[in-house]
Amino acid sequence: MTTVENLITSYRESLENSPLQIAAEYKHQHPDQKIVGCYPVYTPVELIHAAGMLPVGVIGAGNRLEIAHADSRFQSFVCSIVKSTLELGLTDKLNFLDGIVFHSICDPARNLGSVFKRNFPNLMVEYIHFPQNMTSPHSIDYLIAEYRRLGASYEQLSGKKISDDRLRESIAVYNSQRSLLRELYAIRRESPQNLSTVECYILTRIGTLIPPDEHIGILREALPELHRRNEKPKDRIKVVLEGSFCEQPPIELLDGLESAGCYILDDDILTGWRWFADDIETEGDPLRNLANAYINRSVYSGVKHDTREPKAKHLIDKFKETGASAVLILAAKFCEPALFDYALYKRALEKEGIPHLCLEFEEKMWIFDKARTEVETFVESMLFD
Amino acid sequence: MEKEKTSYQGQMHLLQKDMMGRYFERVTRAAEAGEGKAVYMLISGNPVELIQAFDLIPVYPEIDALQLAVKKSALPFIQKAEELGYSMDNCAYVKADVGLFLGDRKTPFATIPLPSLILCNYVGCNVYLQWFEHLAEYCSGELYNLDIPFLRDPSGVPSKEDIVYVVRQLEEVIEICERLTGKKLDYARLKAIVSRSSETGDMWSRIKALTKNIPSPFDAYFDSVTMMAPLYCLRGTEEGVRFFETALKEMEEKVRMGTGPLPEERFRFIIEGPPPWPYLRTFRDLFSKWGAVAVASTYSTVGGLWEFGFRHDPNHPLESIAQHMLQWNVTNRNFLQRYQQIRRYVEEWQADALVIHSVKSCRLFSAGQGDMREYFTKELNVPTLLIESDIEDPRYFSEAQLKNRIDAFFESLEHKKILHAGAEAGGAA
Repeated sequence: MTTVENLITSYRESLENSPLQIAAEYKHQHPDQKIVGCYPVYTPVELIHAAGMLPVGVIGAGNRLEIAHADSRFQSFVCSIVKSTLELGLTDKLNFLDGIVFHSICDPARNLGSVFKRNFPNLMVEYIHFPQNMTSPHSIDYLIAEYRRLGASYEQLSGKKISDDRLRESIAVYNSQRSLLRELYAIRRESPQNLSTVECYILTRIGTLIPPDEHIGILREALPELHRRNEKPKDRIKVVLEGSFCEQPPIELLDGLESAGCYILDDDILTGWRWFADDIETEGDPLRNLANAYINRSVYSGVKHDTREPKAKHLIDKFKETGASAVLILAAKFCEPALFDYALYKRALEKEGIPHLCLEFEEKMWIFDKARTEVETFVESMLFD
Repeated sequence: MEKEKTSYQGQMHLLQKDMMGRYFERVTRAAEAGEGKAVYMLISGNPVELIQAFDLIPVYPEIDALQLAVKKSALPFIQKAEELGYSMDNCAYVKADVGLFLGDRKTPFATIPLPSLILCNYVGCNVYLQWFEHLAEYCSGELYNLDIPFLRDPSGVPSKEDIVYVVRQLEEVIEICERLTGKKLDYARLKAIVSRSSETGDMWSRIKALTKNIPSPFDAYFDSVTMMAPLYCLRGTEEGVRFFETALKEMEEKVRMGTGPLPEERFRFIIEGPPPWPYLRTFRDLFSKWGAVAVASTYSTVGGLWEFGFRHDPNHPLESIAQHMLQWNVTNRNFLQRYQQIRRYVEEWQADALVIHSVKSCRLFSAGQGDMREYFTKELNVPTLLIESDIEDPRYFSEAQLKNRIDAFFESLEHKKILHAGAEAGGAA
């Protein structure tokens, strides 16, 4: 196996067993390093980093954690990630965190923030209300104030001041990380036979669990090797995947989707860690730059409501730009934002004559036959049509 | 005695029916004769005062969905939306409304006009954003997201910046309304409307305090609903004020007479969560047979929370509309603030128990109510019952199951009461 393959295999095992273990081990080795967990989707990680702390993605628990306590707190009709996150807390698996941040992405996630506050009084629980008015010129000032409030909270937690220069440096660090991730995604988009979705996912996901500098190092080492790959394309249809911006599909499922006959050219998985289509400005007022980036330059997701364009526009654009031949909607079960979006996507895709398939998943699922069969049938209908 | 009780209740109910009838006639005239322009809004902490000031017609898709459910005609609309791609797991209020919106918009109570403005007052509920986003895609009405920052600070109050942000947006809404109507905002008129909202809030709050009496003069869940429609649709109007004057007088009279909604009040409970509209009567009867009266409810604070002292301030109309939207309604408050609201109800309204009605459609209310039960039973020792059904979708209402749970709960509560009375008598002897 090559270096990259070795790396991916070893990380895959940890991610499948217990995704946060990588971050917990880091804390074990660096006991003085303060760590702040970031619930999906969007976190201005730069603020946490500039306060000398490590932002870590708390993005579900995978499919090997038994939910034994959280299901008495959150009902059966609430999505898996809300319950698995609480279960992690209730079973002491988040003890390595000094803080955690939730956002105004959906109603269950919002209430989860409160439940965390009550159940884990030693953890600093923050909550960001992201503006949902993208047309008012006052939204930026509001968001700057919100980031300033958050920054003050993180200064208190870390005992370190967030100076403008430190914040600019952090923006630059995450700009590098995001730019390398864009390069990674470009490889898959151009030649999906050279980079599988699972590989792409693992290389992205580890960036949510280790310091950004280390992740940048890993990507810098891996990318040249990936660029050199020269595999023969298989007879698969090319698709764009949408709907998994928060709860993450199991790695086996991603594997299954591709081996059932798809090349996934683009997706919205882990979108919160690559939420800008280009670099955030490092010159000038860094808080304003961060706020402006959210309002004017962040990528679309089902929980950011931008009335400036129709709901499905970004998806149709993505479909056309990548040269895909179909759209795969992969929505988490009980995820209201993704399921609502689907109704509008369906309408728009049908209008444009774009074939699509909608599948529901749960992070805790471990049988994939049904999904696989559905994708196979869909692919066959496309290939032999 | 029984006869008198009925006639007291009757006045308020008749007035309500009459007023809501006229409101729906106005809505229908807008739809069928093009009289006036409709502004769609949501119930939670809405700025209806501004809309009244422009003589625009407030239309609430939530009320339309609610009426469909009450009249048992929601299911075909829900199914129509599901055929279009909406999920079984999406909020059924939205599905019923979308099904209605994409048809001829005719209902047994009104014909619903198309909106000139879709004003999404995003007060807590994230589904609101999607609901109005969808309606905007289905028609040519202008969409404005009025973004209300959630109460996230441990202090439980909005920041100065939050208030400024909301006021600035309200000013933008005023500009849109001026454009729609071709009229400048009459500031003096807005102040008069806000003043009437303040009066209404004051009377509503006094009405709600009356349920602290034993027996409670009315049921703060099932009967509050009668008062909630005028509170939301007609707040700020003269007839709204008159309605609440009548309601307050009637309720005070009932207190003087020592009568309540049931022949005997045996249990006082607090109820959390929205009602199951398709089976409201059936649901009520499950409690009535135990002599159980709801003395306070969180649902009756969705549109506004006045009982803890908030009043609109006519001298600062926009700021106080902003305060109402930000702070003085249950939906924009964080989940732990709701625990504290219920705790106050249990203590100050002297309740025996808490009933949590968990509805699948509204995750704003329901997600995490198991933790709420944990808090009330384990930390506060308040007997708590958690039951599930839905606010809109009749397919989620299982009468037999609910009856079993409710009966078992009140049986055990009764048993505790007997033991407690026995212990007290024993102690006294």
